[in-house]
Amino acid sequence: MRAYLPIAVVVAALAAVPLVVHSNVALNFLVVALLIALAGQGWNILGGYGGQYSFGHAAFFGTGAYVTAVLQVRYGVNAWVGFIAGIAAAAAVGAFIGALVFRARLRGSYFALVTLAFAEVLRIVASVAPITGAGVGTLIKLDLRAGALQFDSRAVFYWVILALVAVSLVIAQLLERSRFGAWLIAVRENEDAARALGVDATMVKLGAMTLSAAITGAAGCFYAQYFLFVDAGIAYGTWISIQALLTPIVGGAGTVFGPLLGALVVKAFGEGAKVIAGDAPGLDLIAYGAALILVIAFARRGVMGAIADVRKWLMRRPASSSSPAREAIHG
Amino acid sequence: MLSPVILIPAILNGLLTGAVYALIALGLTLIYGVLHIINFAHGALLSAAMFAAFFAFHQFGLDPYVAAFLLAPAFFAFGYALQRLVIGPASHGDDRNMLLVTLGIAIVVENALLYAFRADTRTIDVPYAFQTIDFGVAFLAVPRVIGFAAAFAVALLLWVIMNLTDAGKAIRAVAKEKLGAELVGIDVAHIYAMTFGLGTACVAVAACLLIPTYYVNPNVGDAFVLVAFTIVVLGGMGSVPGALIGGLIVGVVESLSGLFLGESLGQIGIFLIFIAVLLVRPNGLFGAKA
Repeated sequence: MRAYLPIAVVVAALAAVPLVVHSNVALNFLVVALLIALAGQGWNILGGYGGQYSFGHAAFFGTGAYVTAVLQVRYGVNAWVGFIAGIAAAAAVGAFIGALVFRARLRGSYFALVTLAFAEVLRIVASVAPITGAGVGTLIKLDLRAGALQFDSRAVFYWVILALVAVSLVIAQLLERSRFGAWLIAVRENEDAARALGVDATMVKLGAMTLSAAITGAAGCFYAQYFLFVDAGIAYGTWISIQALLTPIVGGAGTVFGPLLGALVVKAFGEGAKVIAGDAPGLDLIAYGAALILVIAFARRGVMGAIADVRKWLMRRPASSSSPAREAIHG
Repeated sequence: MLSPVILIPAILNGLLTGAVYALIALGLTLIYGVLHIINFAHGALLSAAMFAAFFAFHQFGLDPYVAAFLLAPAFFAFGYALQRLVIGPASHGDDRNMLLVTLGIAIVVENALLYAFRADTRTIDVPYAFQTIDFGVAFLAVPRVIGFAAAFAVALLLWVIMNLTDAGKAIRAVAKEKLGAELVGIDVAHIYAMTFGLGTACVAVAACLLIPTYYVNPNVGDAFVLVAFTIVVLGGMGSVPGALIGGLIVGVVESLSGLFLGESLGQIGIFLIFIAVLLVRPNGLFGAKA
């Protein structure tokens, strides 16, 4: 259970935030950061632990968002049911794409490219298909009841997304300590060697992609409930594909807390850029792109890696600095 | 079903557009052939080059076809510097990192353009934009015919560089056997940067060929580059003739599916080809080694 203690501490600390902070702007910032952390945790399962860099996680985010919205608006399905259905649909899309792609043994650049293409196909389809509201998008009717998964207080939304993030952290922690996780990491480090040792790499990657899609899909479902509006550019747009990969890489890919940490850093960085240079379209994304390049150049293991390095440095320091003192005493 | 009067011009126009697509794809396939990564910054660089061509015309009255002779070396230098100073050092020789760095560059360039010029769509007015030539079976727009000829001229030039110069030999050596090339004294970092520069120069020329008949906005490159990805995959990653033939095929497919399915669904036709080829024949139709 000790492995889960840090998760409990972090989640409890974050849960207390709305009790202290009442500013809607600040809470909104945190809700969006957690939303991106959740989408990023999805990417992290496949990309961070599995080494399969998807450039098209929008495919899962968008499916979750659209299924949640369309089921409610067009079929009168309850929002909670829609939410679950959205996650299931995203997982199904992940399994479908994964089955096609991994069976064709696409890796590296090819994998990035084909995931990007799938997200684009879905975006184009969603922007013309009548069921998604085509170019107009889908608007969920305002209905501020817990039964409709809508709340008039931002704090409650915050706790909902925090709960989802907490679940995703536990999933990542479970994965890290499981046999399946070990297989997945083996595939990341050397797929051919893993296969030679009897790991069914295709099935492992497929499983990871399904799980990954479900988690990022959940972020999409939440987006739909929080903003009550979905269109093709939002749901299947490149912005979410970029954020989903950016947050774990900045925070530390293949670590439990990487995406959460990365999301907070990335969002703060984007807001900071806006404060410095004024709010203008594109500015936050310039900051994100620069952050991506800088992290890869100077901190390959992200913020989590930097923390580990600092800790190692601190552990070593007392030993070396105390030796002259010890010499003085004993000498 | 359709009379040849409609079909033949559609096919010919598809071929003309396809040649310019092929030029963009040529840059992409060249970079893949040597660096073994997909350059995700290709589209953003195309947008940047189109803006450069736009301002060359607007500020200095420079005809795009003249500007091509200035922009190609300028973008060669830019691409060279980008690989030598940013992509190379930042990615520490890891392919996955390189992929992410090119994505980062794409995000920065595209949004810097958005920040500087807003999302407005701009066009230039050249006197020959609407002139046509009568080829007997069809009237074809002058800028498209020039684009077709120029794209092939650049492809020929590239072939000459690759096959008849020492730099080209060194590039091919690095593409085939990096370690061996290093052992005989080839500066691999320099060759990588040269290749990236050449690929970027292709994009600059393509931008000048596109601008007379097309519009420019900060993410105009995206549409072209997804098409270029398709072409490169279709023709086989790293294969130059594959890129040329793939470009022509995709140009015709787009033109015909646009005719039958309408503009927005026409794009899907290309993506479906793309996904199908990747899944069924990831080495491309012409079987270049991936």
